[in-house]
Amino acid sequence: MTYLEYNVKTVPTGWRKILYMNWPLVLLLTAVAGIGFLMLYSVAGGSFSPWAEPQMKRFGLGMVLMLTVAMVPIYFWRNMALLAYIGSLGLLLMVEFFGAVGMGAQRWIDLGFMRLQPSELMKVAMVMLLAAYYDRLPLSRTSRPLWVIVPILIILLPTGLVLTQPDLGTAILLMTAGGLMMFLAGVHWLYFATVIGAAAGGIWAVFQSRGTEWQLLKDYQFRRIDTFLDPSTDPLGAGYHITQAKIAMGSGGWTGRGFMQGTQSRLNFLPEKHTDFIFNTLAEEFGFVGGVSLLALYVLILLFCIAAAVQNRDRFSSLLILGVGLTFFLFFAVNMSMVMGLAPVVGVPLPMVSYGGSAMLVLMLAFGMVQSAHIHRPRQA
Amino acid sequence: MRRTPRETQESARRITRRGLILGGGQLVFASVLALRMRHMQVDQADEFRLLAEENRINIRLIPPARGRIFDREGRIIAENEQTYRITLTREDAGDVATVIRRLGQLVELDEDDLNRALVEMERTPPFFPVTVADRVKWEDISRVAVNAPALPGVTTEVGLSRFYPNRALYAHVAGYVGPVSERDLGRYEDPPPVLRIPRFQIGKVGVESKYEEKLRGSAGAKRVEVNAVGRVMRELDRREGVAGADLQLTVDTALQDYVQARLGPESASVVVMDLEHGDLLAIASSPSYDPNKFVRGISVKDYGELRDNDHRPLASKTVQDAYPPGSTFKMVTALAAMDAGLMTPDDTVWCPGHLEVGGRKFHCWKRVGHGHMNLEQSLRESCDVYYYELALKVGIERIAAMARKLGMGEAHDIPMSAVTSGLVPDKAWKLRERGADWVIGDSVNAAIGQGFVLASPLQLAVLSARIATGRAITPRLVKSIDGVETPRPPAADLGLNPNHLLQVRRAMYAVSNHRHGTAYRSRIVAEGLRMAGKTGTSQVRNITAAERARGVTSNDDLPWDRRDHALFVNFAPYENPRIAVSVVVEHGGGGSTAAAPIARDVSLQALYGEDPPLEAYPTADRRRIKALQERLARERALRHAGGSDSA
Repeated sequence: MTYLEYNVKTVPTGWRKILYMNWPLVLLLTAVAGIGFLMLYSVAGGSFSPWAEPQMKRFGLGMVLMLTVAMVPIYFWRNMALLAYIGSLGLLLMVEFFGAVGMGAQRWIDLGFMRLQPSELMKVAMVMLLAAYYDRLPLSRTSRPLWVIVPILIILLPTGLVLTQPDLGTAILLMTAGGLMMFLAGVHWLYFATVIGAAAGGIWAVFQSRGTEWQLLKDYQFRRIDTFLDPSTDPLGAGYHITQAKIAMGSGGWTGRGFMQGTQSRLNFLPEKHTDFIFNTLAEEFGFVGGVSLLALYVLILLFCIAAAVQNRDRFSSLLILGVGLTFFLFFAVNMSMVMGLAPVVGVPLPMVSYGGSAMLVLMLAFGMVQSAHIHRPRQA
Repeated sequence: MRRTPRETQESARRITRRGLILGGGQLVFASVLALRMRHMQVDQADEFRLLAEENRINIRLIPPARGRIFDREGRIIAENEQTYRITLTREDAGDVATVIRRLGQLVELDEDDLNRALVEMERTPPFFPVTVADRVKWEDISRVAVNAPALPGVTTEVGLSRFYPNRALYAHVAGYVGPVSERDLGRYEDPPPVLRIPRFQIGKVGVESKYEEKLRGSAGAKRVEVNAVGRVMRELDRREGVAGADLQLTVDTALQDYVQARLGPESASVVVMDLEHGDLLAIASSPSYDPNKFVRGISVKDYGELRDNDHRPLASKTVQDAYPPGSTFKMVTALAAMDAGLMTPDDTVWCPGHLEVGGRKFHCWKRVGHGHMNLEQSLRESCDVYYYELALKVGIERIAAMARKLGMGEAHDIPMSAVTSGLVPDKAWKLRERGADWVIGDSVNAAIGQGFVLASPLQLAVLSARIATGRAITPRLVKSIDGVETPRPPAADLGLNPNHLLQVRRAMYAVSNHRHGTAYRSRIVAEGLRMAGKTGTSQVRNITAAERARGVTSNDDLPWDRRDHALFVNFAPYENPRIAVSVVVEHGGGGSTAAAPIARDVSLQALYGEDPPLEAYPTADRRRIKALQERLARERALRHAGGSDSA
């Protein structure tokens, strides 16, 4: 059943659409954002400025954006997919040439009222385009080599541009999200096995070559990789931040040191405490209980997405919902792994919690489409 | 696009399957995150909590007040004065250049200090106070305080610094302190943390160095909370330190002051020892220097002047320099001979002016000879041949043993820097150090304190003290620590025949009081205070044949640094000895003319405790002595006046 076969009468119209929204998802997102406000208030030393207040305003704006997007029928968004992708790609090229330089990397375009990161936009646009692509593609062709190359190009083009910024975190996110979208669409698992096998083999070969005559990388490149993978080898440089982050996290204990009592964040030992490392402040002040609670909220959001996708009979909608959920998952999974010392620090924010406009607005936009897909899902008459 | 229902079914089935597989994977990953959180926050929580506390809490040491040093009467030798410094905090100052310009209008700022401060400011965090002027006068501080509103970021800080109010008087005794150097730290296996306090002062030489541990005290500490860049957020608690122990030395500032003035510009040293406890009443080396300069950081120019001065003001001559004792050693030879039973005081020796030993001629200082000499005569007139003969009979081993018994050849245990042990040579020593056999000529030279024998002025005073008392008196410099008297067991008897000692003392009395005595001109005539002594003249080097040919016959014809050292040892009063004194005047010429007068004046000063009445001096000397006393009194008064202004 596709959208055109809908029994249009069963799809809600006008303001009634609001009643058919996936409200638990909205509440969960609001709860997560609320935790974000609390932590931003805390890391500012008990003050709404400079972070909590703008963040709340942006969340309000995001809410309006989400509702607006939700009201628009999902087929409109499907039709917009290619345009969104091309537009994002254009913006990415723009930052490449005109973008401001922030934190040592070209990432955003100054729109005056906010700074737009095209790479954030691209995360959603790519998911949209891949979902639309697989919606159009007959199922039988899904695993044909020629039709596998197209999505790979769709993924690699923005990934390459993001890498040159350089923004390794977003590049990894894009690549993983794209790959998993292909997996969801039903591409034969042998492709994945081959790619994973080849990548593992390549990495193995590079490391095996170390110290031999046919060494594939220069010594300093190996050393950089070492520091990247294990920052503790450089305790005063790269290792300092992650060590302080782990101390903040660990010293929280079961129930934490109390709201606004975290010494690591309050005394600035914690780096980037309002952005990438905000989870450590939460873990320090509210302990294991607080950390697991946020994780549980995230997992619930994921589960609601999966449930909504499984419920939905429209192929584009299902893929889009799963893709958005996936992107959301990758955000918090990479961020948490990184701040807990499980993964190298690559600069991925904690979704809906870290301070930052683009990421939050783009996520709200994406969840707006999830709502739209949910409201406008095909219903049996 | 249009799909068949079958296709739609198939699509939904696939997405559901793959979606659930992926969802499962996501759940597994989330569980891994939760487990990791549990591991860090529950299992390792204590570890991380400790690390967080270590991060947060800094322990800052509070420097303890250094113990003060007093003389035997409780007069101050070394104290702590408050010093003021002006600091500037970049963050509060805003426009650093303007603030410094304004500050410069109020206070004289040193260009070098200022440049150093500006460099330091670049390197330190903006909230760090940087010292722009140190050792600022109180008036300047108050001027800065009054103008505080115009000087944002400027604060005045008060600290303690060592000050020696007597200036040069105790430079060699008390020594001085200075900033802790890498070398100071290197002396400790595990340097106490207090030494890491910025501007902390540590004893560098003398008592300050030897009693460092006692004087230092222990540091207090305060625990402060700091943030990641080291800014102090608040003080959590504090424990005050314990001030260092006060030391009381045995020296008498009035006497030391007199001695220093009496020595004047001579390169000389004087030791005055109390015979009851061995207390060093005065131990002066001249010329001296102002230790305060070292505390403040001496300029290269000033240091160069001290270093290159041929009178060696930096040397602590009383303990670190060893001289050939010359004729002052003759008592040792005489006692060794009597102790061995090889000589009685009445035995006479014929002095023809020289003695030939092993084909070599040893001259007496009196070329024409002394004629018949007994012990008293030989010591009184300092006949050399008498002691050459004794040396041949007694041998070096017995002489060396007696010298050691009388305190030579050992470094006396007093807390001054570089205390020498001098040298008492014997056969084993010469074989070991020179790789040559002892020859009889060596003994002959040693008998009159020439050749290899070396003694410091301190050892000469001890020698005199031991002869005067017959007891193994050792010198003492520290009288009490924090009011607790340093234990002083009575000095053991030397085990010498009292009659032998009496004979030697009587001969020494004759040196100063017999018409033919070498120090007769420097006698004391006050009844009950007469002294017994011995002159000594030690050759720096022989007058060469070439010089003799040029007409050089006496010291006065030689350049200063080639003249003989003048020595004198004595004790007084003869009947009831209370003090022992040694005087060494480097390149002073003869002991009787250069050293004995100083010894007499110092002895009288010590015995009277003030300028002695002129009646104590022989009539002929009185007018000259009166002039000398007046001049020295004026000089001392001037020095005190000069010592108090720029504290």
